[in-house]
Amino acid sequence: MTDHPEVAVVAAHPPHEQLATSTAIAEEELEQGSSLWRDAWIRLKKNRLATISLFIFLFVCVFCLIGPFFVPHDSQSQDLLLGATPPSADHWFGTDSLGRDLLVRTMEGGRISLLVGLVATTVSLLIGVIYGATAGYLGGRVDAAMMRFVDMLYALPFTIFVILLMVAFGRSLWLIFVAIGAVEWLSMARIVRAGVINLKKQEFVEAAVSLGFSHKRIILRHLIPNVLGPVIVIATLTVPAVMLLEAFLSFLGLGVQPPNASWGVLINEGQQNMEIFPWMLIFPAFFFALTLFCLNFLGDGLRDALDPKSAKD
Amino acid sequence: MFAFIAKRFIQGIFVLLAIYAVTFLLVAATPGSPFSTERAIQPEVLAQIEAFYGYDKPVMERLWVSLTNALSGEFGPSAVYANRSVTDIIAESFPVSIKLGSISLLLALIIGIPAGILAAVKQNTWLDYIPMSSAMVGICLPTFVMGPLLALVFGLLLQMLPVSGWFGPEYVILPSLTLGLYYAAYFARLTRGGMLEMMNQDFVRTARAKGVSESTIVWKHCLKGGLIPAITFLGPALAGIIAGSFVVETIFQIPGLGQWFVRGALNRDDFLILGLTVLFASLIVVMNLLVDIAQVVLNPRVTYD
Repeated sequence: MTDHPEVAVVAAHPPHEQLATSTAIAEEELEQGSSLWRDAWIRLKKNRLATISLFIFLFVCVFCLIGPFFVPHDSQSQDLLLGATPPSADHWFGTDSLGRDLLVRTMEGGRISLLVGLVATTVSLLIGVIYGATAGYLGGRVDAAMMRFVDMLYALPFTIFVILLMVAFGRSLWLIFVAIGAVEWLSMARIVRAGVINLKKQEFVEAAVSLGFSHKRIILRHLIPNVLGPVIVIATLTVPAVMLLEAFLSFLGLGVQPPNASWGVLINEGQQNMEIFPWMLIFPAFFFALTLFCLNFLGDGLRDALDPKSAKD
Repeated sequence: MFAFIAKRFIQGIFVLLAIYAVTFLLVAATPGSPFSTERAIQPEVLAQIEAFYGYDKPVMERLWVSLTNALSGEFGPSAVYANRSVTDIIAESFPVSIKLGSISLLLALIIGIPAGILAAVKQNTWLDYIPMSSAMVGICLPTFVMGPLLALVFGLLLQMLPVSGWFGPEYVILPSLTLGLYYAAYFARLTRGGMLEMMNQDFVRTARAKGVSESTIVWKHCLKGGLIPAITFLGPALAGIIAGSFVVETIFQIPGLGQWFVRGALNRDDFLILGLTVLFASLIVVMNLLVDIAQVVLNPRVTYD
């Protein structure tokens, strides 16, 4: 079994911390629960890098979501006579070779990239959490078989399979969500499983079992809420990974199709024209890298905040 | 030990067979055919073409034929590039990709591991902060951003290095940097983490108490264990470098396998996609096998199972 670095997030969870977490949210008062989250929030606020990242990320989101309403240009309308122009007072980010305004295109590309990040992460979250929790809770042979399957998938060339899926089933946006989500759930499943195995031995789960609750209820109401901390951390780190994969596909021409644009599409167009029109590369690449940067720092910060004892890699 | 290797080896063969079958069926289930063109072809001609490539037979029979051919090293003809077999294409382009890939991986290790060790030994000094912040920047700049940026700066602004083609040693520099730096950043982070964990172990404290010199502690006591996370990452790193080569070969116009794979995917060249997928998968499976063996050798606590 290959040891994934992120497994440490849960494995390194000391017992007393877990006890605090479990009593906090499981069946107790909400007041205690909020104090755990408030502690985490206070720790996060002390991490200046993570706070700045959070603000920049929110700024990028607002910029992409409501920005297009304030720009007097349309992302699709071409102006072939104008052609590619460098940044000017009228077109702040310049225009591309078809005369389309790059500011609006960067914003709308960001919408698609962020949407892919959000939806595909949700897909991977659902699969990973349910799979991992089931394996960890059932244990024994079922667990061994389920985890061996995950190990096998880990060893596969997944990017290639996503490409094959895109070739086989056409290049729709929905397929991108599903294909990416379907390959990014593996770490999530491992972490949730490790967490559940640790929790399973604790008294409150024993109590729930002896009260005769169903497996489903124990997994959904007792176990999953208690592994939320590490899951949030991994989800935050999955978003940039997913966005990266989408941009990679779009860059190769296998992802988002024109006239729609994501940051990956824009970076590809910019790369082809960079010798003559470098601004076409620089603006989308800057926003894309900035977003990845912020999400990674935020993920690291959340890890420290929600799980202060865990080792940093 | 031998039994362990044999078991993993057999497991790998099964994984490869499964990959072959899944890829084949996936490609076969794809609507349309590689022979459909915009020109109207007479149905008889199309039928003849399909018969030539074996497309008139049932799927399972085709899978069997193609698998037995593949085992003898023959991946069939390219469905789009007439008169070229997939084996020819692989034989022609594989050396290019091997060169690019191995130089990139080497670069990643040569830059990443020393940087990680340095950062761990000098923890919380600027020798830690500077390499680790650069590693963070490296991780956030994917190949398709890093590549064009390097080409823009070193190729077009400074005019130091060529930005496209594959002719002499100077053509290797920018592509392999593009591919390697990203993984150098990963290796640096993993090595730092692994080394720090080792240096906080009790036996290191004992060694320090006995007056063992700091360099002996780092090189003799910690290095072996500290490298385990980085070695575990070799498998994913190779998979990533293969995927990255699709991008880098496109950006820098390098005639390697990555470009063929992308072209095959865009043109629906069934045999080419299948052959290359299996080739890439075998590389990754072999690398994972080597990593598993290395892990057992380096870490006595890992058991053969």
